Parts: sequence; structure tokens; C-alpha cells
Amino acid sequence: MLAPEKIWWKPLGRMEKTWLTVAFVWCVFLTLMMPLWYFMGKQNVPTETYRTTPAQFNEKVQAFTEQYKIGEDTINGVTLPVVEAPPGSDVYLRASTWQWFPILQFRKGETYRLHISSMDLQHGFSLQPVNINLQILPQYDYVATIVPTSTGEFTIVCNEFCSLGHHTMIGKIIVKEK
Amino acid sequence: MAALAPTTPWTSGAKDDYRVCGVTTLKVDMHTERLIIANAVMAVVCLVLGGIAALLIALTRWQAVHLLDATWFYRLLTLHGIDMLIAWIVFFEMAGLHFGSTALLNARHAAPKLAWTGFIMMTVGGLMANFVVLIDPKSTVMFSAYVPLKAHPLFYLSYILFAVGALITTITFFINIVVAKREKRFEGSMPLAVFGLMTAAILAVYTLLEGAIAIVPAFLWSLGVFPTYDPGIYRNFFWGFGHPAQQVNLAAMVSIWYMLAQMTTGIRPVNEKFSRLAFILYLFFINLGSAHHLLVDPGLSFAWKAVNTSYAMYLAVLGSMMHAFSIPAAMEIALRAKGHNKGLFGWLRNAPWGEPGFSGLVMSMVLFGWIGGVTGVTIGTEQINMLVHNTMRLPGHFHATVVGGTTTAFMAFTYYVIPLIFRKELKLKKWAVWQPYVYGVGSALVSLGMITSGLQGVARRNWDITFAGVVPGTVDLTLAIFGIGALIAVTGGIMYVTIVLVSILTGERKEATNMLLVSGTNNPLLESTQLTDEQMESKQNQPKGTLVLVFAFLVWFAVYYLTNWWLLGRTWFIR
Repeated sequence: MLAPEKIWWKPLGRMEKTWLTVAFVWCVFLTLMMPLWYFMGKQNVPTETYRTTPAQFNEKVQAFTEQYKIGEDTINGVTLPVVEAPPGSDVYLRASTWQWFPILQFRKGETYRLHISSMDLQHGFSLQPVNINLQILPQYDYVATIVPTSTGEFTIVCNEFCSLGHHTMIGKIIVKEK
Repeated sequence: MAALAPTTPWTSGAKDDYRVCGVTTLKVDMHTERLIIANAVMAVVCLVLGGIAALLIALTRWQAVHLLDATWFYRLLTLHGIDMLIAWIVFFEMAGLHFGSTALLNARHAAPKLAWTGFIMMTVGGLMANFVVLIDPKSTVMFSAYVPLKAHPLFYLSYILFAVGALITTITFFINIVVAKREKRFEGSMPLAVFGLMTAAILAVYTLLEGAIAIVPAFLWSLGVFPTYDPGIYRNFFWGFGHPAQQVNLAAMVSIWYMLAQMTTGIRPVNEKFSRLAFILYLFFINLGSAHHLLVDPGLSFAWKAVNTSYAMYLAVLGSMMHAFSIPAAMEIALRAKGHNKGLFGWLRNAPWGEPGFSGLVMSMVLFGWIGGVTGVTIGTEQINMLVHNTMRLPGHFHATVVGGTTTAFMAFTYYVIPLIFRKELKLKKWAVWQPYVYGVGSALVSLGMITSGLQGVARRNWDITFAGVVPGTVDLTLAIFGIGALIAVTGGIMYVTIVLVSILTGERKEATNMLLVSGTNNPLLESTQLTDEQMESKQNQPKGTLVLVFAFLVWFAVYYLTNWWLLGRTWFIR
């Protein structure tokens, strides 16, 4: 709270130097971890994105659903198609208030190109319990290349507030053995 | 050696209207005093509004209680964010800016009319935001108001009014400093606390301008002038405002840490260069942190995210780690110099734990650093963010920084503002002794409950997670910890507001005679000027205990950080 002496530009003490060096090394380590994982890690944030419009994206979702529909299931009392595309193909998931469409079925250990976009508001793709979370925006076709490593039924929770029915926005992904 | 009494005389002119504080010997311009009081009162009003909302939404998210219906939950959550994250903190900071740019520089307030204009705009904006959210169902859009979620035009207008008001007040801070310098009210460099507040003010200008870039188009879009507003671009600009706004809090809070440390333990900064350098690091790098909110957004490259989220190279984190050393180190030296020299931590045992300014400072530093800082850096790591984005780990992090850290520090500081600026006797002193502990423990439990819930996948901003049907039963436990923590924190908040109200309304009007409120009659501020260079540098006074503490912190940091990489490695492959 007091004005310092005229000359306060003084060399650092030994302890300050020690801590500054250690803290700086830690910061460098934190920095390096990200590119390291980017090249070596199996879990990286998808970056592939395309411009789209709700209408355009919806067309793709419909075509995809028609082509690969294998059955039906219900969520919150609403009947939705269950869709399984062959491994390696482009898979589409539509977010809208308050529904994830359709129900997707995958095979464990196979790769899929999962396209997600929103028809209206911003939504949050939160896959539970594997706990993968992505932000979904209208006009952006976000492509995640995924490989499911566990089997079972997984829930997609919307975790971006999308007005009053937000908490009812639940979807499903089913993963079966190869 | 720095002198406590201002060296330059304050030429008495027609414009001058001031008093000399008996405890600090600082000159306080009466304009400054009134502005501080007005801003502090509005801050507490907003804290009360946001606090009521906090209680109700916490009792709703605590699944076993689940009090409100969905409409009211989301509405009050919107209100809570605006009142707490913006209004309470910014009003308090504006009071701090008025104080720092005049009293601490022995200077007059050079632009009181402008400052009042700013204050009125902020008040109108703040109250209007509350009103719109409560009245208009469409304006339940959360604090972040993500386009294309469209609120009432008045909602955006209230943001703009508040931000412009804050910008005007910030400009008066710079005017005051320039005038003080020109009138030679102080010589040489500014005190460290003013330097820190200046960092906050510079960050605030940048932040508020970016807020305008985000919100003005949203306002026009809500009026129908613009047909569309790209949601990705909005997010980028909004967080250019929303995140740096928290960094303004950080810089202001650290300045208050230095002040509290000096007021309660009589520190001299160990090395002015070291501490100022840390503030400079904030200045240059911290605004990159807006990327923290965009890490799992479509459309952005890895390189962009990695560079920005890491503040270039965690250089702003380095700044915080420097303060984390320099403040306790200064306290250790000051206490050791008083003879509390036993072992590594004898100084800590003999610290004034009953003085709210000290206990509040310690609570604030521990919660901010050990919980808030560590979780913040971890979840701000590009890939790890995939595990965290929009889960309750997020509010868990920022409740540790903004509630446990900033709010605890601001509350503790208020207890000194009441006798020194309001010139009222502090009432309910016993309550004030306990309040930082109650509030600190409560907010720690809030954060831990949220973080552990988020680890299990519980989404934030969600009225009822049982719809998901996937969250394990242990979530009930962690949400209960959160709920109980919230009750304790709200109790601490009620204690704070009661102490403030009772003191202001019933406290005797008198000039302050003491620096310390409860733990003694000495004046640490005065003592700090008597700390000699020899005492600062003497071998037995060196901060060995602090060095142990910061290394323990680093170990905890590393454990938490690496555990998260391990968790990430267990999930599905994704790219």
C-alpha cells in the first residue's frame, strides 16, 4: 500500500530464484503435454468442421437414417429409429430442442465418422458414462472420428442449456461386440 | 525507506475536500469516500440478490431436496450468474479502483462527476438485468446468453449499460492517476497495490470493449436489425469478455491480498520487482484464457486452442505461482522478524488467526490456489477439457476461484472498509472472527461437491439429472456434499451481510483508531514501515516454511493434473 523506495529494481533472492525456476519448468512441462498427447494420445479434440445449414444437415440425417435403419426404440416415450451403418462410414446425429436423433448403434473397436450439428440452439453432446463432451452449434457440422472401446448402452445428455426442456434432452448410443 | 505519511503536501484549493485518516494517515477525498460507499452498498445489494438465488438453486440441485420447478430454477440460475459473477464483484472492484487511484496516492478524485455517471449507469444496468430476467420468461438465457437463444432486447441493453458504466469508472481511475502524477501528489513509483489495481483496470478496459463487441450485435440481432448472428463468433467474443472479466477479479483480488497481508501482519513486499513482474505477466498473457471456453467447439484448430488456452506458455499461471510464493513469504518474514521464529511453521502458528483480514486472506489464497487454480489449469488443458466441458466440474472450479477466492477476500476487506471509510464502529466482532472460516469451509464443500459430481458426468445448468438415468448412485452423495456446503456458505454470507448492515445502521459514527479489528491494538501498517532491510534479509527470517508450502502445492498440482491425463486415456478413442 506504500510507495516503494526510489530504486526497487533489485536482484531476486535465492528462494525466489529457486521457486521461479521450478515454477517455470512446470509451466514448460504443462505446455509440452498438449502437443505430445496430440501426436501420441488416442483421445484428442476433433477439429474437422464443415459449414452447413439446419436444412442441409437434416437432409443428410434423414437419408442416413433411411439407408441404415435396423429397428426402433423409445426414449422419453418417443419412438426413434435405431441406425447402424457399416464401420468406417459417415454417421449423422441431429441435435434439436429437445431430442437427439436417431439412436446410433456401433461395433466395439470399429471407427466411425460421427457428424453432429444442431437444428436450432446450441447444445452439448455429453456421452455418459464414458464422459466425452463436445459443444454443438447450429450451422457447424462437427465431425468426430471415434472408436468405441466399451460395449453397452450409452446415454447422450445435453449439457448446454437449451431453454426449459433442456434436462429432458436425452439420446442413446448402443455399442455391440464385433 | 517508504514512509507511511504522505510526503507531498496536498495543496488546499477550492476543489479540495478531504479528511486525514487517523489510522493510516492517508488523505481521503470526500468524493472518493462517497463513491466507495455507493459502490460498496450496491455490491452488497447484488450479493444479497445473488445469494438468495444461490440458496434456492443449490437446494434444487441437491437432488434429495429438489426445491424449485424447472422454470424458476433456470430463471434464478440466470440471475445468480449475473448478480454474482458480474454485479457484486465489479461494483466492489470499482470501489477498489476509486480507493487505489486517490487515497493510496495521496491524491484527490479528479473526475467525480464522470465517476457518478458510471455508477448510475452500472446501477441502472444491474437492476434492469434483474428485472428483465424476473419478468420476462424468454430472458431465461443464462449469464452467457448463447446465441441463438434470444432474450428480450432490454436484457442485452442492461449488459451494455452496466459495461459502459464500468468502463467510464475505469477511465476515471486512469484520469486520477494522471492528475495525481501531474500534481506531484506522489513521487516515484506507485505502491504495489495500486500497480496491481492498474493491471486490473487495464484488463478491464480490454474486457469491457470485447463485451461491447459481443453484446451490441446481439442487442441489434434481438431487435431484428441483424437477421442472424453466428453462434461460434458470438462465443469467441463473449468469452473475450466473460473470461478476462474473471482475470480482472484475479488482479484486483491479488492486490487486495497484498493489502490485507500488510494491514494484518505488517508485510513489506519481499521483492517489488518479483511481484510487479507477476502482474505484468497477467497483463500480457491472461486475456488469452478466453479460449478455455472454446476448447471443444467446432471450427478451431488444435494449435489455436493450445496456444491460447495455455496463456502462450502458462505464463499467467507463472504469475499466480509467483504471487503464491511472494505473499506468504512476505508474511513469514514479517512474523519471523517479530520473533515468531520457532521451526518451519512457528510463524504460522503465531499468526493472527482471529483477525478476519488474516483468516479471510488465508482462506482465499488456499481455496483459490489449491482448488481453483489447480482445477482451472487442468480443465483448461485442451484434451482434458473433453472430460470436463459443461459438467459440474466447471462451476466447481470457478466457485473455488470466484467464491472461495475473490468473494472471501472481498468480504474480509469489507470489515476494514467499515471503520476506515464508512467511519462506523464494526459491530458483531465475534461474528466477524468466525465468518471467513464458515464461508470458506462452505464454499470449499460447494466446490468439492460440484467437482466430484462432475467427475461422474453430472451436467451443469441442468434442473434434474435423473432424466439421464445413467449417473451412478454416488452422485446423490456428492450432490448432498454440494448442498450442505451451500447451506454453510449461505450461512457465512448471511453473517457477512448482517455484520455489514448492523454496523452501518447501528454502529456508532466515529473516526477509526485501530488498524486491527480484534486481534490487537498495534498498527501493522505502521510496523511494515519499520521493517528494516537487515530484518528482511537476515538469514533466520528467510521464508523456509513458505518454500515447503509452495513445493507441497506443486506436488498436489502434479498429482491432480496427471490423474486427469490417466482418466482421459481410459475413455473412447476420438479425434
